[in-house]
Amino acid sequence: MKTIPFKKIVHLVRALCLTAAFDLPPDIVRALGSAARKESSPGGRRMLGRILDNARVARAQRVPICQDTGVAVFYVDLGGEVRVSGGTLTDAINEGTRRGYAEGFLRPSMVSDPLFARKNTFTNTPAVIHVSCVRGTTLSITLAPKGGGSENMTRLFMLKPSDGEAGVLDAAVQTVVMAGGNPCPPVIVGVGIGGTAEAAVLLSKKALVRPIGKHHPHKRYAALEKSILAKVNKSGVGPGGLGGSVTALGVAVETLPCHIATLPVAVSLSCHAARHATVTL
Amino acid sequence: MTKERALRLCPPLTRDIVLSLAAGDEVEITGTIFTARDAAHKRFDALLTAGRKLPLDLRGQILYYTGPTPPHPGTGRFSAGPTTSSRMDAYTPRLLADTGLAGMIGKGNRSAAVIDAMIRRNAVYFAAGGGLGALLGACVKAARVVCYKDLGPEAVYALSVENFPATVAIDSRGNNLYVSGPTRFSSL
Repeated sequence: MKTIPFKKIVHLVRALCLTAAFDLPPDIVRALGSAARKESSPGGRRMLGRILDNARVARAQRVPICQDTGVAVFYVDLGGEVRVSGGTLTDAINEGTRRGYAEGFLRPSMVSDPLFARKNTFTNTPAVIHVSCVRGTTLSITLAPKGGGSENMTRLFMLKPSDGEAGVLDAAVQTVVMAGGNPCPPVIVGVGIGGTAEAAVLLSKKALVRPIGKHHPHKRYAALEKSILAKVNKSGVGPGGLGGSVTALGVAVETLPCHIATLPVAVSLSCHAARHATVTL
Repeated sequence: MTKERALRLCPPLTRDIVLSLAAGDEVEITGTIFTARDAAHKRFDALLTAGRKLPLDLRGQILYYTGPTPPHPGTGRFSAGPTTSSRMDAYTPRLLADTGLAGMIGKGNRSAAVIDAMIRRNAVYFAAGGGLGALLGACVKAARVVCYKDLGPEAVYALSVENFPATVAIDSRGNNLYVSGPTRFSSL
């Protein structure tokens, strides 16, 4: 059994908040660079150039890449041999989030009551925390802050099994095209196929932290990722949604077994500021 | 490359300037613009519904849909890119009709009702780069709260901006780069 003190988790989560807000991951920067070389619209090339400049300024000056520093969404892999001392894991993550957002001067974007009062909590908490129980003695915490603009473009399609591959392709392409400039393209497309309605949505969002260029291990799903990407990039939406040939940087499909009667398909989009950071203990 | 071609705009905008702008034009804005997003729009709308005046005069002015990060107390730096404009669509036609607002900066397409109101009221909609918060924040030289301080990042700020880059996305004749741009590059 490995024991991890509450305070250590608070400290590491605080650091994750800052890294995610200021440092765009290298795979995203590379994908944006290659997009800038491929883009056929002059306006699109100018936008991609500015996106790369923005990432450099944010990193060098420790200014948030985007003012929407997001809902703090955490994916936790909790080893069966790990225990947290001095408090709960949930409390530690929330406390780390509160400190990270306050000390990094990141925007508090959470309201406590969703419908009526809509008053800002001014701490950016509560965080949204998804825990998977895994074997072993490691604790891995990934923070993927999610901005409202891309979050609002999430869609769930409860397809019929007979809709098949064409139905999935259509769902993904339609989601990106209808979203237009709202989710800050070029986007990353996460597609969750299978499970149940709620499991598919989580799967599609978690897919967004997969490194760009890494494909699904199964050949047919990897091919589906490539055909979704090709079709999305023919849509003309382009950088910023003002027209161009690069609408998405990558597509990640994730799958789960599902009921004999269902074919749930969820599509989550990440903006080009595809921020995430991981710590493993 | 864009520097020579961008049109320099200094608000308040006159009717003639608004009418001269065409979808696709690159502009750089220098002067004062005002922030307002979801919660401030809701309050504006409630005031107008009650037949009252807004706490600021928007005639000829530009509203920027943004909720900046808190400024770093040491460096003064902060991030301030555009938010999705369509969330303001429900409030915009009345705001254009009742206040004389001349311009809006945001990201993403607008509703048919907003575009109709823009044509009737001679208004222009600019797209700023979504996700360029650090670069756009650096164009802001000073910021002060005008009203609704309790809303935190959703308060109304007067921002003094220099060479703030934007693109005319929808002009006062209803030409729309969010439609014509993707159509031009689509090969579906």
